[in-house]
Amino acid sequence: MKSKYKLLDVKNLRTAFNVEGKDVTVVNDISFNLSPGEIVGLVGESGCGKSVTALSLMGLVPDPPGKILGGEIFLEGKDLLKFSESDMEKVRGKEMGMIFQEPMTSLNPVLTIGKQITEILELHQDMSSKEAINEAIELLKLVGLTDPELRINDYPHKLSGGQRQRIMIAIALSCKPKILIADEPTTALDVTIQAQILELIQKLSNELGTSVILITHNLGILARYAHKINVMYAGHLIESGTTDQIFYNPKHPYTAGLLNSVPRLDLDPNIELPTIKGEVPNLAEFNEGCIFKARCPNPTNDCKDGKSEMGLIEVEPGHLVDKCCINCK
Amino acid sequence: MSNKKILEIKNLKVFYESSGSFFTRKNIVKAVNGLNIDINQGETFGLVGESGSGKSTVARAILNLVKSNSGEINLEEENLLKLKGSKLRSKQKQIGAIFQDPYSSLNPRMKIKDIIAEPLRVQGKKNVEEDVKNLLKMVGLDNRMDNRFPHEFSGGQRQRIGIARAISTNPKLIICDEPVSALDVSVQAQILNLLKDLQKKLNISYLFIAHDLSVVKYLSLKVGVMYLGKIIEMANSETIFSNPMHPYTKILINSIPVPDPKIERKKKFVPIKGDIPSASNPPSGCVFRTRCPNPTSDCKDGKSEMGLIEIEPDHWVDKCCVNCK
Repeated sequence: MKSKYKLLDVKNLRTAFNVEGKDVTVVNDISFNLSPGEIVGLVGESGCGKSVTALSLMGLVPDPPGKILGGEIFLEGKDLLKFSESDMEKVRGKEMGMIFQEPMTSLNPVLTIGKQITEILELHQDMSSKEAINEAIELLKLVGLTDPELRINDYPHKLSGGQRQRIMIAIALSCKPKILIADEPTTALDVTIQAQILELIQKLSNELGTSVILITHNLGILARYAHKINVMYAGHLIESGTTDQIFYNPKHPYTAGLLNSVPRLDLDPNIELPTIKGEVPNLAEFNEGCIFKARCPNPTNDCKDGKSEMGLIEVEPGHLVDKCCINCK
Repeated sequence: MSNKKILEIKNLKVFYESSGSFFTRKNIVKAVNGLNIDINQGETFGLVGESGSGKSTVARAILNLVKSNSGEINLEEENLLKLKGSKLRSKQKQIGAIFQDPYSSLNPRMKIKDIIAEPLRVQGKKNVEEDVKNLLKMVGLDNRMDNRFPHEFSGGQRQRIGIARAISTNPKLIICDEPVSALDVSVQAQILNLLKDLQKKLNISYLFIAHDLSVVKYLSLKVGVMYLGKIIEMANSETIFSNPMHPYTKILINSIPVPDPKIERKKKFVPIKGDIPSASNPPSGCVFRTRCPNPTSDCKDGKSEMGLIEIEPDHWVDKCCVNCK
């Protein structure tokens, strides 16, 4: 399942947003890769840049105010950042599909479910309308929707949140993309439905060989489904490794703090939860040095003065940590 | 902890009526259908369930934001549903509330000091400035911040402001409706610790409503699991997590991935089938029968009866599903 071939290779990606006349870098020098069939987690708190990373990959950063400042995004060896908009349209859907957090607003309320799926099939796959309807029914079966023959004539308001997210997955997978980007796919859903949807994504990834970038703030989800994990903080990638490396041998104090601050069903509730002091810095006001310095348990004098440098280094095979914070835990 | 009962809810029923038009029938949504809860002083009762289970309606009924159809809501042995006017108001100031969304629950045009002082002023208290400063300090905010507006604060800080407002009137009971579900994990832990500290200091009781069982476990002494307007299992927190009896409770606990890859890989797990049925058209008989792993033929015909029975001291399970594993 896990081959070394890099299907997607992101190098030094930088994306900025213009806020009140000033460029604020919200994705800062991010590099990671994805092999076929792999589920890679992207974890971090709100505002850390994980969704903007996803939008950058898809070429969907709203410009203005957003702008990709630099870096490379290689999909099977070709740099997507050099593609024209019409070339990107072919990549979206066909090579990379995406599902979003909010299944309530991502479907068009005035079109039937069937229409929303067949539209894509007719456009991207050159199917006749009859073929497209049959394929749509097959896709709905694939994502586990009951009575797909009847459902394709329903409008989105008739469906529950979980059912809508299944439809979104069916649409994202309709052109058999090599990569599925799932941006907080279950945050708006109940835990029982969350389990249904994530099991479905994992099953489809295994069966179809689709690679998945799973964006979430929930570490439990990654423990269960991810092969590799990238931890983001305030626009920077601060630690990256296999799921076991991140959970059992976290090197960055932020990763360790994040893992400790989750209340868990299997731990004694009478022990006070360890917290990470303070909050994420405002990127528009941040000047220089290590981005974690204000919350670090052990900042050096250099860190406090903003003189320390950031950058990932490899501490064991496949395990990368930001060099400033390797010994800060 | 004392055994003094602060809140006692008996057989509470809250029904909503959808208006219906010329073409459609009037619909009655039984949001809360026969609920019993006791909360002692200084204790936390956790109420969990999926969206649509009726847990927020319970909160709204206690806060008198919706009309209850029948039953009793006793606050220190006085039934709120029987009180009116100034008597009701004076009783109600003993109940505080903290809401889910720290962004929309604070008025953006009011300064923080006015937001926190408002409940005090409503009760006719004057010269509240010193109180506001003390409250800010109690919830871990710099008390020089009191002249700022809500937009100048982060989500976690806003939730602290919401908590300061809730404790301003020295309530006996605080209704916490999903207070941390909009917050990031590192901030969530700070707020949970704060709620725990305040409970110890002020001896307040909490009704803690959440969909996240691990959060509920961290705070609650007793836990009730709600499904379609009814509590289907209730016990102290330790028991319900170590020995869940109702199949729904088991599925709920199992659905939450633990942040430990080795435990997760060992877990054998089948997600629950289907969605929660609509409360306007709940299944007849046992409301859980459409998703039950082992419904009897009586259950399928809608003939089974529901009702909590005590299977061990203080562990209540719905009788229909005691053996449904």
